[in-house]
Amino acid sequence: MAEVAAAAAVAFVPSRRGWPRWLVGPLLAIAATVLALSVGRYPLPAWETLRFIAATLRLVDIEPDRYALLYNLIVEIRLPRVLAAILVGASLSVSGAAYQALFRNPLVSPGLLGVLAGASAGAALGIILGGNWLLVQACAFLTGLAAVGIGVGIAHLFGGGSLVMLILGGILSGALFTSLLSVVKYLADPYNQLPAIVYWLMGSLGQVNLADMGWAALPMTGGIVLLCFLGRALDALAMGDDEAQALGVPVKAVRLVTIATATLVSALTVSIAGMIGWIGLIVPHIARLLVGPGNARLLPAAASLGAAFLLFADGLARNLFATELPIGIVTELLGIPVFLLVLSRVRRGWSQ
Amino acid sequence: MIEARDVRFAYRGRPVLVGASLSLAPGELVCLLGANGAGKSTLLKVMLGLLSPPGGAVLLDGRHLADWGRREVAKRVAYVPQVHAAPFPYSVREIVLMGRMPANGLFKAPTVSDRAAADRVIERLGIGHLAARSYTEISGGERQLTLIARAMAQEARLLVMDEPMAGLDFGNQLRLLERLDGLVEDGYGVLMTTHDPDQALGGCNRVAMLIDGRIAADGDPISVLTTAAIERLYGVRVELLRAAGGAALAFRPQARSHAC
Repeated sequence: MAEVAAAAAVAFVPSRRGWPRWLVGPLLAIAATVLALSVGRYPLPAWETLRFIAATLRLVDIEPDRYALLYNLIVEIRLPRVLAAILVGASLSVSGAAYQALFRNPLVSPGLLGVLAGASAGAALGIILGGNWLLVQACAFLTGLAAVGIGVGIAHLFGGGSLVMLILGGILSGALFTSLLSVVKYLADPYNQLPAIVYWLMGSLGQVNLADMGWAALPMTGGIVLLCFLGRALDALAMGDDEAQALGVPVKAVRLVTIATATLVSALTVSIAGMIGWIGLIVPHIARLLVGPGNARLLPAAASLGAAFLLFADGLARNLFATELPIGIVTELLGIPVFLLVLSRVRRGWSQ
Repeated sequence: MIEARDVRFAYRGRPVLVGASLSLAPGELVCLLGANGAGKSTLLKVMLGLLSPPGGAVLLDGRHLADWGRREVAKRVAYVPQVHAAPFPYSVREIVLMGRMPANGLFKAPTVSDRAAADRVIERLGIGHLAARSYTEISGGERQLTLIARAMAQEARLLVMDEPMAGLDFGNQLRLLERLDGLVEDGYGVLMTTHDPDQALGGCNRVAMLIDGRIAADGDPISVLTTAAIERLYGVRVELLRAAGGAALAFRPQARSHAC
């Protein structure tokens, strides 16, 4: 993990022009992936993980016993969790960056339209309805979508779908589901269900299995890639609706697709890993420092840095203490100093 | 050539335009005058296709605006908004490159020739030294030039500007007017709204006045900008200062008669 920290520190050092800064995100993500596959209760040296990957690609030979052991450790135990960290981190970061452009506000995060509040309430409901993991996931996902649907619906019923009404609709919908979450907590059995809800809301990648990743990986990857392709359109939208439209951009369609995609991937992150805060707010800022505000580069950079960031946070969550920390706590604690560092590095200012 | 014919528009039942007609052709600089809230910006947005009027028609090169594709419109008519603050520190060059979007579509990255085209218009407007600077840290006049450069990068021949002079200091206003004159000489058509009748008097080929939702007068500045028209437009009494040769120079408030 120390290498990742060092690499992250390097990423903050302003460098000379011409240096391909967009490479930092992907390289960090790859390094973090290899490290995350190596560390754990049975630590492997990073070169052994690399050798295993090479062997899987039939580039080198490892004796079968050793290969089977490594396969169990790396693929069956660690890979689902690493994949989840990559996809959840990338989803939240790219959604946050897209929302910041869409709402023309650098302080916006993916939960703006109520998806996280909705998914939390849904998950809590799932827990008191029986606590079956699949039920919890389905409830979280569906109420996440429903919350955004309500927020967007309010905006269209009362304000013609303007940006301000979208934000207000999201706030209302978020408040509604936050209070529903309180209702569910109040109704929950205080000895088993309530602690389960509380732990679930702190976020964890610990319950992820390969089957989960099997159904979630495709829509999440698709959503992340789709958002990355919308970068140029989002640049135009960040200048204002009229200007974007006068540049030939179908503003309403782009906005709808962005919100729908960001909602889908964000709701899936809550289904898989619970509430993981801060990452969707701060990673876009780190990415902006690195590659500038142009969304065509910013969104892929945010996705890869988000993956690296969450891998790093999950590494801390798993390995810092004998018992695992909820990852939501780690991202929050880690997020505050990182955000301060970013603030001190922002020279050109976001707005005037 | 873009032409609004008998356009009507209302915001939530409050009529703003009740049969306004205005045209813009390449090679002319048209000033649109009107009191606050008269609907100048609304008329511009209708002519740009940003608002679709429930009554009347907007024709671009003889065809209904709605029948053109959005990108096709953007290659012919460009919008230069009022100077604003951008929420993110895009560089001047990045913003000008956005002008290549109508040609490239949403997904295609700007090519080397797009970059060259952007740099050419940036040089031409005299803001080459700002190309790498962030839009958030340059002055209002420089931002206005950046937005005009973006419109030129669209390769549209018609530029529709919403109060391009607002917020610019006197020197920047004169410099901008000079640049607009240069563009018009090169065959661009410019339609701009302004609050300053003197600017219209000195700087435009044509002046249109928007009063009560209609274009009340449209023609060369000298015949349109009479003291009576200014009084009707703004509800203030003015007199016209003339040079020794009789050429109209500027309006100023009418001297109060001391009756008491």
